[in-house]
Order: sequence, then structure tokens, then C-alpha cells
Amino acid sequence: MRDLTLAMRHRSDVLTTVFFFIIVVSLFPLGVGPEAQLLKEMAAGVVWVAALLASMLSLTRLFADDYHDGTLEQLLLVPQPLSLIVLGKVLAHWIISGLPLVLMSPLLGLQFGLEGDALIMLMLTLLLGTPVLSLVGSIGAALTLGLRGGGVLVSLLVLPLYIPVLIFGAGAVAANAAGMGAEGHLSLMGAILLLALVLAPWASAAALRISVE
Amino acid sequence: MFNLFKFASPASFYPLAGKLVTLFAIASVILLVIGLYMSFFVAPTDYKQGEGYRIMFIHVPAAWMSMFIYVVMACWAAAGMIWHTRLSSMMASALAPTGAMFTFLALWTGALWGKPMWGAWWVWDARLTSELILLFLYVGFMALESAIDDPRRAARASGLLALVGVINVPIIYYSVQWWNTLHQGSSIKVVKGGVETSMTEIMVWTLLIMTFACWFYTIAVALSRVRSIILERESDSSWVKEMLQGAKS
Repeated sequence: MRDLTLAMRHRSDVLTTVFFFIIVVSLFPLGVGPEAQLLKEMAAGVVWVAALLASMLSLTRLFADDYHDGTLEQLLLVPQPLSLIVLGKVLAHWIISGLPLVLMSPLLGLQFGLEGDALIMLMLTLLLGTPVLSLVGSIGAALTLGLRGGGVLVSLLVLPLYIPVLIFGAGAVAANAAGMGAEGHLSLMGAILLLALVLAPWASAAALRISVE
Repeated sequence: MFNLFKFASPASFYPLAGKLVTLFAIASVILLVIGLYMSFFVAPTDYKQGEGYRIMFIHVPAAWMSMFIYVVMACWAAAGMIWHTRLSSMMASALAPTGAMFTFLALWTGALWGKPMWGAWWVWDARLTSELILLFLYVGFMALESAIDDPRRAARASGLLALVGVINVPIIYYSVQWWNTLHQGSSIKVVKGGVETSMTEIMVWTLLIMTFACWFYTIAVALSRVRSIILERESDSSWVKEMLQGAKS
């Protein structure tokens, strides 16, 4: 909860992520030209890639502030399991950086000319996918804590692990558009989310212990 | 287990590794010569793919090794985390560059093969993409390790990363079966009661010889690299100093 209040006080942080997301998405029509059909086909991919980048942008802040003012060392000492605390922080990170993206996505999809059904699908995949991004990203953030050039390193470590989410997330929207039904993709994403929910907090807790000692 | 941990100490492993390097290097060169001769002159021309298929004799071993080395590396990393043995993490970091090289080789030869067969250097196929992710994982592993100054912390952090990334290996291996993609299925399948293959016997043998050549090459290179890492990290210890003085006099 403390993270949430802090984040609310630094409202600009949240807004930066959201605006970054919007700007990246808006760059694509400028880059490839405004043909409606082409944009419609790429919409899901573009929104997904932008969400990936936006959520990664805020990753470095996940543990950095606590690390610098020493709160993290206190958190390591409390009797509650560290993975639970990590889970809480990741949840806060998701509410700050993931949820706004999910809420913004229909609007951006609309700009790309997606129809109602595809919009709901896009939102649904992002809803399933962005928590995974925060969870997996927390491992990278914990590993690179306090390193030189940590930000670039995080992207090198985390982006390869994001790829499956991207494939299934964008794939679900494409499959839905092709009329094949997206249940398969959605169930796989749900499976990834559950797996990440179980394993990632544990792995980041281990990484935090390595980084802090 | 009686003498397994004896060689977990860098000091006792160093001379052993030196002997093994020579052994495996010689074996690898011999097998490589035989394997290359067989793949160019002995193995028959494929009825469907013509002479171009011969690149498979390096492509398939490289792809196998790229996955295999990653698993071995993750195992060493796990061993290093469990027993806190210095040597295990040194082995993991010694394996990473070779693994990355084989991954690159597999992608490169795959591209050379794909141009005449598929008409494209690169397709966004499940297996190609996941192999590319594997390359990124190797690069990330090495980047993380070199970014951390303290070698102990570097070893543990990169070890954790290796363990997280190991999830990708089964995905690559089964991608051809899970997704119906452009990349052809495995030519060798281990089925109940034996091994089933779509190749002639001589091709299988050539492939196996090439695989073992790559394997022994990996062992030789990784061991000689681990020797350098040992010297670098243990440069303060007395046995290294004694050895170096002995070499000088």
C-alpha cells in the first residue's frame, strides 16, 4: 500500500509511463503511413510492443528507491517471507504502470480502426499479459539493482523473456480477427500468468538477496 | 561421491583440466576431420534437397549444442548456488561464450540453408525465433556477469538468470512439434523400442560424428577457458603463485 501512496504523490511517474505508451503507439502511423487496412492489421502488435516498452521503462524504479534509502535492507529483515513483499511491490507496480495501459488500450485501438470485438480482445490480452510483464520484469530489476548502466541491462535481460507473452498476446487478437477464436492463446496466457505468479516473486526475492548482501 | 568434491577445489581441478583439454582437443580434431570428410564425400546426395542439405551436418550439431550447453550451464549454475562451489560458477561462465557461438552458428547456417530451400534468409518461425531468444539469453548472461564487479555476486546473479532462462530450452526443442511451422521436424526421433530416422544410415553416422566433434570441442574450449578464469580469480592464492614461479624458474 505504501508504494501506491508514494506513487500517487509522484503522479508524474505514472503519467510519464502512460504518455510514453501513447507516443510510441502514435509514432507507428507516422512511420508506416496512414493506410487504414495496414494499420488495422498491425494494431495489436504495435500496442503490445509499446506496452512492453512502457512497462520496462518503469521497471528500474521498482526497487531502486527502496535500495537507495535503505528500506530494502529493512524489508529483507522482516519476518514475512520476502517473496510475499515482492509480490506486493509487483502488484503496486502493475497498478501504477500496467493497469493504465490496459485502460488506455481501447482508445488507441480505436485510433487504429479496430472494431468492438477486437478491442475487447486487445484489452483482455493486455489484462492477462501486463501482470506477467511486471512479474518477470521484477526479476530483471532485482538482478541489476545498483549496477552501472542498469537500465540498458534490464532491457537486455528482460525483453527476451517477454517475447512469449508478446507472441500470444498479439496472436490472440490476430486469431480473433481471423475468426479462428482466441481461446487457445488466452488459455496459454493464463497459464503463463499463473506460472509467473508462482515462480517470479520467489526468483526476484532470491535476486534481491544476492544484490543487497 | 568419494572424490567428486576433491576436484571441486580449483587448485586440484586446474592440472586435471589441463590434461583433459589436450585429450578432448585431439579427439575433437580427429572426429572433425572424419566427420567433414564423410559429410562432403561419403554421405549420398539427398533426393529432395540436393547437395544443399550437407550444411545440416554442422547446423544440427550446432543447434543441439546450443541447447545442450545452456542446460549444462544452468546445471553448473544451480550446483554453484546449492553448494557454493567457486568452480561451478566458473564452469558456467566458461560455457556461455561457446554456447553463444553455437547458437549463432546454428542461426547462420540455418540462414544459409534457408535461402535456397525456403527462398528467404530468415522467416519468423517459432523455432528460429526461440533460437534467437536463446542467443539473447546467452548475451544477457554474459552482459550481467561482466556488469557486476564483485565476482561472487556476479556468479550468483548470472546463475539465477541462467536458471530462469532454462524454461526456453524445451520450448525450442518442441516448437517444431507444438506449432506447425516451416522449419522441418526432427529427422531423428527416439521412439519406443529404438530410434527412428528419415535419413540413411550413413547420414546418421556422419551427423553423430560431427555432434561428438562439436561436443568434444566444447569440452576442450570450456576447460581451457575455465583454466584462465581460475588463474584470474585465484591469482592471490598461494598455489597459483607457486605454480607460476615454478614455471618461470
